[in-house]
Amino acid sequence: MTSKLFPYSPAPESRAIVNIASSYGLFIGGEFVEPDDGETFKTINPASEEVLAEVSEAGPRDIDRAVAAARKAFDGVWGSMSGKERAKYLFRIARIIHERSRELAVLESLDNGKPIKESRDVDLPLVAAHFFYYAGWADKLEHAGFGANPKPIGVAAQVIPWNFPLMMLAWKIAPALACGNTVVLKPAETTPLTALVFAEICQQAGLPAGVVNIVTGAGDTGKMLVGHDGIDKVAFTGSTEVGRAIAKTLAGTRKRLSLELGGKAANIVFDDAPIDEAVEGIVGGIFFNQGHVCCAGSRLLVQESVADEVLDRLRRRMSTLRLGDPLDKNTDVGAINSYEQLARIRELSDIGEAEGAERWSPACELPDRGFWFPPTIFTGVTQAHRIAREEIFGPVLSVLTFRTPDEAIEKANNTPYGLSAGVWTDKGSRILWMADRLRAGVVWANTFNKFDPSSPFGGYKESGYGREGGRHGLEAYLAKGK
Amino acid sequence: MRAKKTEDDRIGVRKTYKLYIGGAFPRSESGRSYPVTNHDGDFAANAALASRKDARDAVVAARAAFGGWSRATAYNRGQVLYRVAEVMEGRRDQFVTEVRDAEGGKFDVAAAAVDAAIDRVVWYAGWADKVAQVVGAANPVAGPFFDFSVPEPTGVVAIAAPATSSLLGLVSVLLPVIATGNTTVVLASELRPLAAITLTEVLATSDLPGGVVNMLTGRVAEVAPWLASHADVNGLDLTGIPLALWRDLEIAAADNLKRVRRPDDVEPDWSRDPGTDRLTTFLETKTVWHPLGV
Amino acid sequence: MTLTTSAIPTDVASSDSALRRFLHGLPGVDQVGAEARAAALSTRSIKTEAKRWAIDMTISMIDLTTLEGQDTHGKVRALCAKGIRPEPGDTSCPSVAAICVYPDLVSTAKEYLGDSGVKVASVATSFPSGRAALTVKLADVRDAVANGADEIDMVIDRGAFLEGHYLDVYDEIVQVKAACKDAHLKVILETGELATYDNVKRAAWLAMIAGGDFIKTSTGKVSPAATLPVTLVMLQAVRDFRDTTGRQVGVKPAGGIRTTKDAMRYLVLVSETVGDDWLNPDWFRLGASSLLNDLLLQRQKMATGHYSGPDYVTID
Repeated sequence: MTSKLFPYSPAPESRAIVNIASSYGLFIGGEFVEPDDGETFKTINPASEEVLAEVSEAGPRDIDRAVAAARKAFDGVWGSMSGKERAKYLFRIARIIHERSRELAVLESLDNGKPIKESRDVDLPLVAAHFFYYAGWADKLEHAGFGANPKPIGVAAQVIPWNFPLMMLAWKIAPALACGNTVVLKPAETTPLTALVFAEICQQAGLPAGVVNIVTGAGDTGKMLVGHDGIDKVAFTGSTEVGRAIAKTLAGTRKRLSLELGGKAANIVFDDAPIDEAVEGIVGGIFFNQGHVCCAGSRLLVQESVADEVLDRLRRRMSTLRLGDPLDKNTDVGAINSYEQLARIRELSDIGEAEGAERWSPACELPDRGFWFPPTIFTGVTQAHRIAREEIFGPVLSVLTFRTPDEAIEKANNTPYGLSAGVWTDKGSRILWMADRLRAGVVWANTFNKFDPSSPFGGYKESGYGREGGRHGLEAYLAKGK
Repeated sequence: MRAKKTEDDRIGVRKTYKLYIGGAFPRSESGRSYPVTNHDGDFAANAALASRKDARDAVVAARAAFGGWSRATAYNRGQVLYRVAEVMEGRRDQFVTEVRDAEGGKFDVAAAAVDAAIDRVVWYAGWADKVAQVVGAANPVAGPFFDFSVPEPTGVVAIAAPATSSLLGLVSVLLPVIATGNTTVVLASELRPLAAITLTEVLATSDLPGGVVNMLTGRVAEVAPWLASHADVNGLDLTGIPLALWRDLEIAAADNLKRVRRPDDVEPDWSRDPGTDRLTTFLETKTVWHPLGV
Repeated sequence: MTLTTSAIPTDVASSDSALRRFLHGLPGVDQVGAEARAAALSTRSIKTEAKRWAIDMTISMIDLTTLEGQDTHGKVRALCAKGIRPEPGDTSCPSVAAICVYPDLVSTAKEYLGDSGVKVASVATSFPSGRAALTVKLADVRDAVANGADEIDMVIDRGAFLEGHYLDVYDEIVQVKAACKDAHLKVILETGELATYDNVKRAAWLAMIAGGDFIKTSTGKVSPAATLPVTLVMLQAVRDFRDTTGRQVGVKPAGGIRTTKDAMRYLVLVSETVGDDWLNPDWFRLGASSLLNDLLLQRQKMATGHYSGPDYVTID
C-alpha cells in the first residue's frame, strides 16, 4: 500500500497539549457535580483500547437537577436577556474554541478514533464557525422570517451521536442559545470528553449557570432526558430506529421535535464525470471519518458504460489510503469507534458476501490493539441486496450500476431514507436536472461531504425532519406564534 | 285536467353527496352512507361514509397526482388556484346557503365567511410562486461553491379538516398545502361535510388535476388511523381531529417519520391573518452545492 | 466527453478536428476538486528519515537554472560548480540533475561539467515566447544540440493552441523532436497562459502523442508558473498515458518553487499520484534556482540539529 522509496516516517501530533482528568462529574448549573446515584463508566481510546477517563452516568435525579437548572436559567437570566447580550456570550465561546482548537482536536481524535488530520482540519473549524454564525443571529431574530417578535421555546433536551462529537454539540447548542433557549445535552456514551471540556469553555466564557448543562450517560440516560416532563423541545441526531421511538414518546404532547437520522446516499457518477475528481469524491464520500457519517455516499451508482474504468481507478486510489494511528498526521483512515460498531460492520459485510456481492479491500495492515476495519468495496450489488438498503455506518461502499439518468434517479430515490446524494457529471443542465429530482435534503454536485454553518442540512423521509444550519436552523428553536 | 303547479310546489332535485377521488365522484366502495343534519337538527342529506379502502384509493390517487402537480410550474399552480376562486365566486350563493344551514346564525355572518374563504383562495393562489423566494436562500458558504436551498413539497399529505368551520376552515388548511405542490387526502368535518363536497365540485371544474385533492366524508375516528399509519403518506395535519385521538394518531405516524402538524387546543379563529406557518409546514428544504470553477 | 481513455486512434494527428475530437473527448478536470486534492496532499507531514531521503532526492532532481539576459560565461561556470558540488566539503550531498541555460551558453556548461554526471539542458525554440517562424525555432534547437545539449526544453506555440490549431502545435513538437537527435525533449506547456486545467490536460496529451520525453509546466517567465494542482493534472496525464500506450513520460514543474516545504509537497504529489516509478531524476525534475540553498539549509539542520543561515550556503 505504501511506497517503498518514500514511506513517510511517523509524524505524531503531540498528546501533551491535552490534559485529561482521571474522572469527570456532570456539568449542571454551571459546576461539575457528582452524580446522585454515583454511577460511572469508562471511556476508551478505540485505537488502542486504553482507558482515557472515568465519566459519570446521570441517573433520574441528575436529569431532574439538570432540567431544573436549565429551567431556572431560562426563567431567570437567560430568558430575559437581550439578543445582543446573548450574542456576545456566543462570540466568546467561538473565540475560545478557536484558541483551544488544537487541544480539542487531539482530544477528539483520542476519544473518537478519527484521524487528527480530520479533527484538526474539518471538525474543529466547523465547530468554531457554527458558534460564530449563530452568535450573529441572536440579535436579529426579528428579521429572520419567523415573525416580528420571535420567542424561544424554553428548555431543550439534546442527544447527540459519537461520530462528530464536538461538531454535533455545536450544531445543537449554538442555534438553541442564539434563540434564547437553555439546554441539557447528552453526548454519546463512547465520546463524552470534548463535551466535558466544552463545559469548561462555558465557564471560561462566563456563561450564566444553567444555560448549558452536560449530562453524560448511555441509552437509559438519553431516554430519561427526552421523556422528561420539564423539557419543551427535543433535538436528536442518531439512528432512525431511536428517532422513531422518540417521536412516539413525544406524540400527544406539545414538546417540539427535530430529528436528524440515518441515510444510504447514492453517489452518482456519469460517463462524462471529471474522472479523477469523481474518484476523490467517491473516496471522500465513504471513507471520510471511517464512513461513520449519516450522509455518507454509501451507494456508488456508476453508469454501466464506465463502471470498469471507474472501479479500476477507485481501487488504485484506495491503495494509497493510510490506515493507522489517529494521532499520526499522515493517517487517512482511523479506528472504528467501538467494538459494537465494528461488530455491526463485520456482520453486514458478511451478509454482503453471503448475498453474492464481491468484496475487495486494498492490502492493509491492521494494528493488533483497537478496533479496525479496512476500506472495503462491494461490487455486483443491486437494490435487492441488504447492503444496498441498510445503513452500515462504516468504511464499506456498495457499488451498483445504472444505464440512464431516469434509472439513476429511480434507484437513488428507491429507499426510505433521503438525507443526501451526490452527482458527478460535466454537463450543467444535467447537474440541475438531477438535483431537481433527487429526493434528498442535501445534493452535492461535483463535490461531496461539504458542510457550512450557513448551509441548511437535514433529511427527507425517514432521514428525519427539520434542518440544521442557515436561517432554516432557527426554526427548530423558536416558538410557533399566532 | 291537471291542476296548474306553482313555483312553490316544485319538487327540488336533491344533490347526492359523494366522495371525490382521483378527479371523479365515486360512492364509498363500502356502499355506506350516513345522514347529515343541519344546524337546527333537520335532515340535510346523506353523505358517503368512507371506508379504509376509500382512504387507500385516495392515497393512490394522491400519489399518482403528485408527480405532475409538484412538477408544474409555480405560476401554473397559481393560475389553477385563482380559477378555483373564480368558480367559487360564481357559486357564492350556494356556499352561503350551505354554510348557514350547517353552522347556523345569520346569513350575513355566513356570507362573510364565504367571502373570506374566496379571498383566502386568492391569497394562496398568489403565494404559489413566492414561497420559494421567502424561504429559499443562496447560502454564503466559506468556500468556492454555489450553495442554494429551495423548498420542495413533502408529498402526499392527509388532512383532518376543522370540525366547525365548514368552508373557511377547510380552505385555510387545504390551500396552503396544495399551493406549494403537495397532494392531499382530506377528511372533511364529520358533522358538516356538505360544503366540502361542493368545494370539490368547484375543484373538479377548475383545471385542478384529479388526485391533487381527494375528499373523504365519514367517521373521522374510523378513517384517520388508516391514513396516520399509511406508509405512503408523508405528512399528517391533525387540525380537525378530536383531541382524544391525537396521541395514538401521532404514534402511528411516527412509523415512517411523517411530518405531523399537531391539533390546537381549541379551533382557531379562521378569520385572523393565517401567516405563513401552514405554507411551510409540509415543505422540505433541499440544499444543493456546486463548485465555482473554470 | 467520455471517461474511457481508449487507445489513441492511429489517425489522431491527421487533422485539427481529429486531434480536437480526441483531446476534447478526454474527461474534464473540475478546478475546485483538483485544487482540493492538491491541498489535501499538501498536509502530509514529512519528518525524520523520510525528510532526509526526500531532501537528497530533491537535490538530485533539480535542473539548476539561469535564464537571464545578463548571463555570462563566468556566471554559467559558477552555476555549474554549484550544481556539481552543492555542499563544498560534504561529498554525501548529491549533485543536481542538470544545468539549464540558453543555447549560446551550452558549450561553456558542457565543457565545465565534463564527466561529472550532471547534464546540460538547453531552452530552445525562441524561449520563452515561442513567437518566431518554425525555421528559426528549429535552427535554435539544432544549435543547442550541436553545442552539446543533453536535453532540450522547448516551448509549445500557445497562440496556435488557443486558436485550436492543434495540428500546428503537434507538427512543431514532432519536428523539434527530430532535430533533437539523441537529446531528450522536454515540452514546456506554459500552463499559466493555458489558463484552465482542461487546457493543461489537453496540451499534455498533445505533447505526449507528439513524442515528448518530458512535459514541463512553465518557462518561469510568466506567472503563475508551477503550482501543485497543475502538476497534479500533469501527473495524472502521464499516468493515464502510460496506461493507454505503455510509454512513460517524465514531468517537470518549473518556476516559483522556492522552499524545501514546497519541494516536499511535489514529491508527495508524485508518490501518491504516479508512484515509485517516477520518484527519480530520470522521470521527475524540478526547475529551480533559489530552492537549492533552502534545501541545503534544511539538510544542515537535519545533520546538526540547529537552524542554519545564509552564510553557511554558497551562492552561485
